[in-house]
Amino acid sequence: METFETICYIDENGNVRNEEGAARINEKLAKEMYEKLLLVRTFDRKAISLQRQGRLGTYAPFEGQEGAQVGSASALKEGDWLFPTYRDHAASITFGHSIPRVFLYWNGRVEGCVAPEGKHIFPPAVPIATQLPHATGAALAEKWKGTDNASIVYFGDGATSEGDFHEGLNFASVFKAPVVFFNQNNQYAISVHISKQMNSETIAQKSVAYGIPGVRVDGSDVFAVYFETQKALERARNGEGPTLIEAVTWRFGAHTTADDPTKYRNQDESIQKREQIDPLLRVERYLKNQGYWDDEWAAEMQANASAVIEEAVEEMEAFPKPKVEDIFDHVFASPTWTIQQQKEEYLQQMRGEDA
Amino acid sequence: MKTAVANVQKLSLVQAVTDGLRTMMSEHKEVIVMGEDVGQNGGVFRATEGLIEEFGEQRVIDTPLSESGIIGTGIGLALNGFLPVVEMQFLGFIYPAFEQIMTHATRIRMRTLGKYHVPMVIRAPYGAGIRAPEIHSDSVEALFTHMPGIKVVCPSNPYDAKGLLIASIEDPDPVLFMESMRCYRSTKGGVPSGKYTVDIGKANVLKEGEDITILAWGAMVMLAEKAAEEYKKQDIHCEVIDIRTLYPLDKKTISESVQKTGRVVIVHEAHSTGGVGTDLISLVNDTSFLSLKAPIERVTGFDVPVPFSALEDHYIPTVDRIKKAINKVWTF
Repeated sequence: METFETICYIDENGNVRNEEGAARINEKLAKEMYEKLLLVRTFDRKAISLQRQGRLGTYAPFEGQEGAQVGSASALKEGDWLFPTYRDHAASITFGHSIPRVFLYWNGRVEGCVAPEGKHIFPPAVPIATQLPHATGAALAEKWKGTDNASIVYFGDGATSEGDFHEGLNFASVFKAPVVFFNQNNQYAISVHISKQMNSETIAQKSVAYGIPGVRVDGSDVFAVYFETQKALERARNGEGPTLIEAVTWRFGAHTTADDPTKYRNQDESIQKREQIDPLLRVERYLKNQGYWDDEWAAEMQANASAVIEEAVEEMEAFPKPKVEDIFDHVFASPTWTIQQQKEEYLQQMRGEDA
Repeated sequence: MKTAVANVQKLSLVQAVTDGLRTMMSEHKEVIVMGEDVGQNGGVFRATEGLIEEFGEQRVIDTPLSESGIIGTGIGLALNGFLPVVEMQFLGFIYPAFEQIMTHATRIRMRTLGKYHVPMVIRAPYGAGIRAPEIHSDSVEALFTHMPGIKVVCPSNPYDAKGLLIASIEDPDPVLFMESMRCYRSTKGGVPSGKYTVDIGKANVLKEGEDITILAWGAMVMLAEKAAEEYKKQDIHCEVIDIRTLYPLDKKTISESVQKTGRVVIVHEAHSTGGVGTDLISLVNDTSFLSLKAPIERVTGFDVPVPFSALEDHYIPTVDRIKKAINKVWTF
């Protein structure tokens, strides 16, 4: 059977492992990636802290998966489509989502689903794997409209057990849709380990059944993810159809802030893993090995990231109060009489006008 | 209601569910629990906590993330000798399994003239008010009361939760067992140890009253009781009925109450149009039309998706909204 080796451009110690990497990774790219990784990590830690203070609702952290999200979303171009889950805000932010809006989403505000004008970023999918066929459809629309835009869709290892995963891949394969199926295999679907999720050796190998290319990449290596996603997008834009990418990652924290991972995961393993696979640390090690590292620069990057995130928090907290009308006004293009009547009665009641 | 003499413990609704599962698993080796995170993690709401340690991985099964797969496999197990109790992590996640329930679980008995049947229980936490993320808070019981071939049960207190769960597991047909997340830990109540059942299809008169009948289930029962309590001070006496089983409805208890009071308020947090409230009105029409002294009032969620958490409270019926409805039927 076809095997899927895990592609890695820089190893745990920050050493370049292949020729392509040696040719393409340079100081500029590494520093750009470092800056992006730092920004989303700062976001993630801030979100957890705000949740603990009761200033955000339940939150789904991604620390450990930044390399997979930042690397893949950095490969997109303006005009492409991004379909995230509730854990892919690092990808959304990298592709240009507004950070205050992402905070708003986690504050239970529908405004958080609305990406900036011109950015095709879909609201996070809450059910599992249901967004894969959407990405296929949106990609087909681009193809049939004659553009070279593509879709990328994010999902976890658990999603590969759902029917929609298979339906999305099959459709895309049959119609050669320009879509990249980007899996983050973080080994756990809440408490269920990948070994209980599937009996396949890899997720990448599932591509074989659909007759499309499959790629297994080290998800903690932002460069490997970046270059391999670029290749998949290139194939998509050239009319060669979809690719399934499996980025092997490890989420350091809980499934959500409402969850206790000590019940099902060995925490020592996570601590040890962090040392080995932390995507940020890996870029730092690369920069140090190459003699590009500069403490002052790094401190400045951290200060910048903190300032951007703090400003976003302020903007989120200064956002106008949620509008009750929104729950009635956006169900249909024109409200049905039932909704119209329910709205009027409720607003009257809020104003204390009812009998 | 059959109650064996037993020790009574104070338990929350979610603990009563665990106790009911444990009781039935101890008595019948055919009872198995399946679902996402039900094993090692003990369920995301701790409803299956400790069961894997007690009964092992063969009977408390962490499944792949696959709602249609869980229910479809449950159907196969059920028609071949097991009594699966499958968990949907949230009722709002059941939609991928809709096909398995609608086109298979509910009609296998009819299609085989009784040769095969599906004694499966589908447990599903549901409802708004706990600040869960979007789609986690759906209250879509009417989708299932509309399906021929499945019973729909919705306890509002710990005693009923255990008794109804045991009755559901013993029922030879599929049962959707809805657990209100808002009721999970809101109060504790006396729960006898060991096996007892609460009959499916029987409503419970929680408070007797002569003036107005209030019909509610799940988390809305607490609100109905509060509203009734406040009117009691004005010497208006509401009879509060916990419907408990949404399919089949308890025609007798409901009609007797309406014939006594002549006034009806229905409270449900699900959307208004096509909700179970509509069936209740129809039942009252059929049985008690001439007893009515006022049009029936409904207090429900709106015909909109359950909003994101920041606006969630605007969706759920409140004690105030129930009081207004009471006032309306009283002063008609």
